[in-house]
Amino acid sequence: MSEISTREPLIKGNKSLTNITDDVFNPIVARPNKLWFFGLTIAGTAALIGLIAIVLTVWKGIGLWNVNKTIGWGWSITNFVWWVGIGHAGTFISAILLLFRQHWRTSVNRSAEAMTIFAVICAGLFPLIHMGRFLLAFFIFPYPNTRGVWVNFNSPLLWDVFAITTYFLVSLIFWYVGLIPDLGTVRDRMKTKFKKVIYRFLSFGWTGSAKHWQRFEIVSFTLAGLAAPLVLSVHTIVSFDFATSVIPGWHTTIFPPYFVSGAIFSGFAMVLTLLIVARKTMNLQDYITLNHIELMNKIIILTGSIVGVAYLTELFMAWYSSNEYELFTFINRATGPYWWAYWIMMTCNVVSPQLFWFKKLRRSIGFTFFMSILINVGMWFERFVIIVTSLHRDFLPSSWEMYKPSIIEVLIFVGTLGIFFSLFLLFVRFFPVIAMSEVKTTIKNK
Amino acid sequence: MAKYWKSLDGNTIENKDSKLEKISSTNRRDFLKMFGFGLASTFVLSRCENMTHKAIPYLIKPEEITPSMANYYASTFFDGDKYGSILVKVIDGRPIKIEGNELSSISQGSANSILQASVLSLYDDTRYRNPQINGADTNWSTIDNQIVEQLKKIKSEKGKIAIISQSIISPSTKKVITDFIKEYPTTEHIIYDPVSISGLLEANEKSFGKRVIPNYQFDKAQVIVGINADFLGTWLSPVEYTKQYAKSRKVDEDKRTMSRHIQIETGMSLTGSNADERIVINPSEEQNLVATLYNYIAAKLNQKELPVSTSATDISKLGDELLDNRGKSLIVCGTNNIETQLIINAINQLLGNYGQTISVSRALFTKQGNDVKMADFINNLDNYKGVIFYDCNPAYDYPASKKLSEAIHNLELSISLSTIPDETSVLVKYICPANNFLESWNDFNPKQGIYSLSQPCIHPIFNTRQEQESLLKWSGNNTDYYEYIKDLWNSEIYSNTNRVFDFNDFWNISLQDGVLELPENPLNVKFNYDINSIKLTEITNSGLELQFYESVNIGTGKYANNPWLQELPDPVTKVTWDNYAAISPALANEKKLKTGDVIIINSTLELPVLVQPGQSKNTVSVALGYGRTVAGKSGKDIGVDVYQMISAKDYRNYALSNISIEKTLDFKELATTQQHNSMEGRDIVRETTLEQYKKNPSAGNEKHKEIEEQHQTLYEKHLYKGHHWAMAVDLNSCTGCNACVAACSIENNVPIVGKEEVKRAHEMHWIRIDRYYSGDADNPEVVYQPVMCQHCDNAPCENVCPVGATNHSSEGLNQMAYNRCIGTRYCNNNCPYKVRRFNWFDYNNADALKGNLHDTQNMTNDLPRMALNPDVTVRAKGVIEKCSFCVQRIQEKKLKAKLENRKLNDGEIKTACQQTCPANAIVFGDLNDKESKVYKLFNQQRNYHLLEELHTLPSVGYLTKVRNKS
Repeated sequence: MSEISTREPLIKGNKSLTNITDDVFNPIVARPNKLWFFGLTIAGTAALIGLIAIVLTVWKGIGLWNVNKTIGWGWSITNFVWWVGIGHAGTFISAILLLFRQHWRTSVNRSAEAMTIFAVICAGLFPLIHMGRFLLAFFIFPYPNTRGVWVNFNSPLLWDVFAITTYFLVSLIFWYVGLIPDLGTVRDRMKTKFKKVIYRFLSFGWTGSAKHWQRFEIVSFTLAGLAAPLVLSVHTIVSFDFATSVIPGWHTTIFPPYFVSGAIFSGFAMVLTLLIVARKTMNLQDYITLNHIELMNKIIILTGSIVGVAYLTELFMAWYSSNEYELFTFINRATGPYWWAYWIMMTCNVVSPQLFWFKKLRRSIGFTFFMSILINVGMWFERFVIIVTSLHRDFLPSSWEMYKPSIIEVLIFVGTLGIFFSLFLLFVRFFPVIAMSEVKTTIKNK
Repeated sequence: MAKYWKSLDGNTIENKDSKLEKISSTNRRDFLKMFGFGLASTFVLSRCENMTHKAIPYLIKPEEITPSMANYYASTFFDGDKYGSILVKVIDGRPIKIEGNELSSISQGSANSILQASVLSLYDDTRYRNPQINGADTNWSTIDNQIVEQLKKIKSEKGKIAIISQSIISPSTKKVITDFIKEYPTTEHIIYDPVSISGLLEANEKSFGKRVIPNYQFDKAQVIVGINADFLGTWLSPVEYTKQYAKSRKVDEDKRTMSRHIQIETGMSLTGSNADERIVINPSEEQNLVATLYNYIAAKLNQKELPVSTSATDISKLGDELLDNRGKSLIVCGTNNIETQLIINAINQLLGNYGQTISVSRALFTKQGNDVKMADFINNLDNYKGVIFYDCNPAYDYPASKKLSEAIHNLELSISLSTIPDETSVLVKYICPANNFLESWNDFNPKQGIYSLSQPCIHPIFNTRQEQESLLKWSGNNTDYYEYIKDLWNSEIYSNTNRVFDFNDFWNISLQDGVLELPENPLNVKFNYDINSIKLTEITNSGLELQFYESVNIGTGKYANNPWLQELPDPVTKVTWDNYAAISPALANEKKLKTGDVIIINSTLELPVLVQPGQSKNTVSVALGYGRTVAGKSGKDIGVDVYQMISAKDYRNYALSNISIEKTLDFKELATTQQHNSMEGRDIVRETTLEQYKKNPSAGNEKHKEIEEQHQTLYEKHLYKGHHWAMAVDLNSCTGCNACVAACSIENNVPIVGKEEVKRAHEMHWIRIDRYYSGDADNPEVVYQPVMCQHCDNAPCENVCPVGATNHSSEGLNQMAYNRCIGTRYCNNNCPYKVRRFNWFDYNNADALKGNLHDTQNMTNDLPRMALNPDVTVRAKGVIEKCSFCVQRIQEKKLKAKLENRKLNDGEIKTACQQTCPANAIVFGDLNDKESKVYKLFNQQRNYHLLEELHTLPSVGYLTKVRNKS
């Protein structure tokens, strides 16, 4: 016990249980500030523009993008993998850390999970719209039909469909189940009738009885048990899209662990980006403390280092394999026309997280925010490097091509950022951002 | 279960019941009304969606027409420049494809890209639909009356009339013109060729008294020397020459010999890129080099030498090789300079090649233009009262455009017999549109003793009339031209045959065969020209030189409006939709230019630069045939016209000295289909030298055996119980001429995407010819490799498709189910050969959504659509497509064999690319048939598979390239 007492408290400001409820509930009923409206306007506009770009793509054809005969996937799949990666932190925090009984997760898990769901929504959009025949996308599901056609279970793209829908559904249910006690609290405190009705519906008749709590705990742990392997499997399967192919730079057995750690790495970076802003604007400094940030930064060092080792292993294997195509691909990544993308990736993902070995930097809000952006950029470039630089110069030099995105591709990406932030802003406005019930348990411990 | 009251206040069962009553106020009649309306509207709406197309069967079926079954008619292509004996594939009354006629010794079953693509000219939207007077539509009787009146008036005034035409090889047409001249004796017939070889013709006349092109026999030569003559691409009869060339260079384990080819040239031509050795010279050095070569050989043979300073280029080795192969060598030169051609003739004479590799008895007639006469005509235009432009376009392709256009306005009578609007026809008063050649009767005499016929394969689409009939009519002769030809054949050609058949049978057989080849009468000509009377031009410092050349795809520019040809990549440079200034890497370095930089030549000509390895250092090469100002959408303002820069003093000179080039700040991206020129040291094209091959037939291909031994798999192999289709490509035969690319695109309805899309690497060709350079950038070695879908037995594309749209057939085909494809492009990414093509837009008007058509060249208009092959699906937006090994042809022949209750014969199925290949480099067949040609080729030691180390197990094999290096 003495060890615990020497640790920093998880929640600062000597909060009573009522304080916590007030702090979390008030933003839901209060009129949001101008900053929130401003943010939502920008994000909403971006989402709308993205939507227009998507409609144009579906109507006119993928020809509006600059992907070509050699590089069949460009920004679309880069963004897909990036968003899926971001969608890893939430479930990791809530499921794996729950199983490992890391109590500090309680302050951040709610928003991290929400972020996961929104990121997976954005991610799932890309495989859909990158199809040449969007309107026939349902062909990808194994549904019984009179034509006697069936999907191809050999294709990693089909595994993706299952992996991502499963992950999305489990994450959504897990998040929602976690919300139920808090929604009950919100319902009880809500004054306006209309809102009360809605929250009543959403809280599924939660009364807070011991039976409810018992069931709640069972469901939470069961779902956590289900979600934990999913965190590892989703990105493993996404990495199979590349690992099972024949393209040098893709065909690598190291991809599953490398992708998963990269995903958690980028997910935590995105959580940090959002939370640093949220704690400032929503006065949650007492709940999301420097301690939280430091703990997350430690995970970033760990996963960032794994990613770094993976990069170096790839390079070593390229040389050690004596496969001329493989070796060329890696030399081309570092020195070819896309050298800048490679070095942005290396700097952001390998070099910069190492600065977190310094405690001072780990506990600096400004620096952490800067780093979180850097890592998100770096991880986006990682996917870009893997997809584009491997494809643009593969086996036959006669087909070598260059790729840069078209304005439509950029707008679709901006659109998903818009969707993501719109959803997040709506979430912080209408849902309890901090898992009150769980946070309260940590106080009791104290 | 009993219903309990909740409370007593208001919320009673009674209330609920009244609500129920309200809801169920719909009675039976209403229900029936709604039901009826719903049924009717469903019916009406569904009717709106699916238009009913009625297919009405023939009441009395014509004997030879079975709907959807193809008929082939023998015919002939001749556009005043290139000749080809052809078969026209006609389905449901529409000619849709042109193939070479196997019975012709000239075509030997093959056709080049221009010939094949010419079928689209039949469906050219811009064609004249009616005769026109001063640009207004009229009818034939009005225009005939006016023209005859004018002609008679000019005749009575003894005014001069000229018929301007390109070369005419039709005996009947010649007679028609003679008849016309008889009627109007002041008429002159002036022949010119857009790309002239007048110098060669004059030289031959001086050398041996005949103004003809002799019969070059490349297959009989051991040493072939080409001097600025692109005989595999554009020069005279490229298909025939490619056939011969490939024949002399085929090697296999039993025949380990091949001819040696040395090319001396300025720009990198298709022919030069195939040479075993290539010597780079400037155009101004050409004559001096030829003279030096003559002197070298003459000295060795104790003949009198020419008084000339020795060329800077060392030709002693070349001279020795030629001397070693006396009577087995051949020197050809593409220059239009009469003196140089005289020396060439003299060298061939010294080497004893006449009668061996060159004969006059089968002289070629396809070019007859007379530069001097044409220059005279242009200079004395004011003396003429009437001019008839007979299927030619001198306002564009003769370097006196301005003069001509001014003079035409002053003529009393100006007539054009063009089928489509061109630079000349828009200037004249009377337009009497001729039929397309596929709508016409005609006869041809391309070579001494060789005749052929063309027959209409479709009723004239528009209100047009054959040019011969127009001339006949104006001469007062109302005979049908068909009867006219028959009469002439009866009186002049039939009489030369052994008359085994009566004339009608003779005619029918000739028509069915398309060709008539009379036995060759050996004709020995005496070479009688005193070489010492040649006036040689002194070699001077010519500074930077400009060379004009004929493009392999666009030719003289006549077919510039053909999008199929415009989108074909240039065989060497891989540029589409443009011409450019090719400069050497050395010059580019010196002038700080890179590909795409716009330069201005002689302050007039603005062109983008293309850095061309192998270009002579101080030279610039520019293709003719571009920059049309009057043409349809696909031809107008594509590239820049350089015909007007040619000097036309007596003999047209296709080179300019002392030009200036000026760099601008502009940049014009060229639409190139291949960006990278080096093989990066990978063994993609395996090659060896003849010397090594003689010792070891697997030379250069050692890896194949090693990899074959290492193939291991956990999976079961595909069992091919019936057929196992495969293709062998002989890299030693392939010249890279593009004929297969054209054939494939036409056969398989491959969409045209346009210049901007090609720039974005969105071109759709199912087969491409990869070209790599190796060695010295100033004079590199070149290899070509046709790459189509490899139909891998272990295909990486197949297992990644989530919906199984691409899968493996029981006969080894990697097949596409277009309507199952959802367009993830995963297959394309995972294809190591990058042969899959994606429909980026709705190119074919086949998409479910409307208003998104992306048809830059109007290929979906009613008329051009007629050229589509009904046997091949037109693909919608968003699906992947690729080579199918011409599965429609496989099925057709399989079915035919089945109906005839017999086994398929080897070689019966020919893919489109194989069918047309002038070098016979492609062989298709069944690997399960141990007697098949493809099986034997697969077991040659030269055979290997592209990227075979990946264990994709392709069904396409390549045979190593063998160079005859000394």
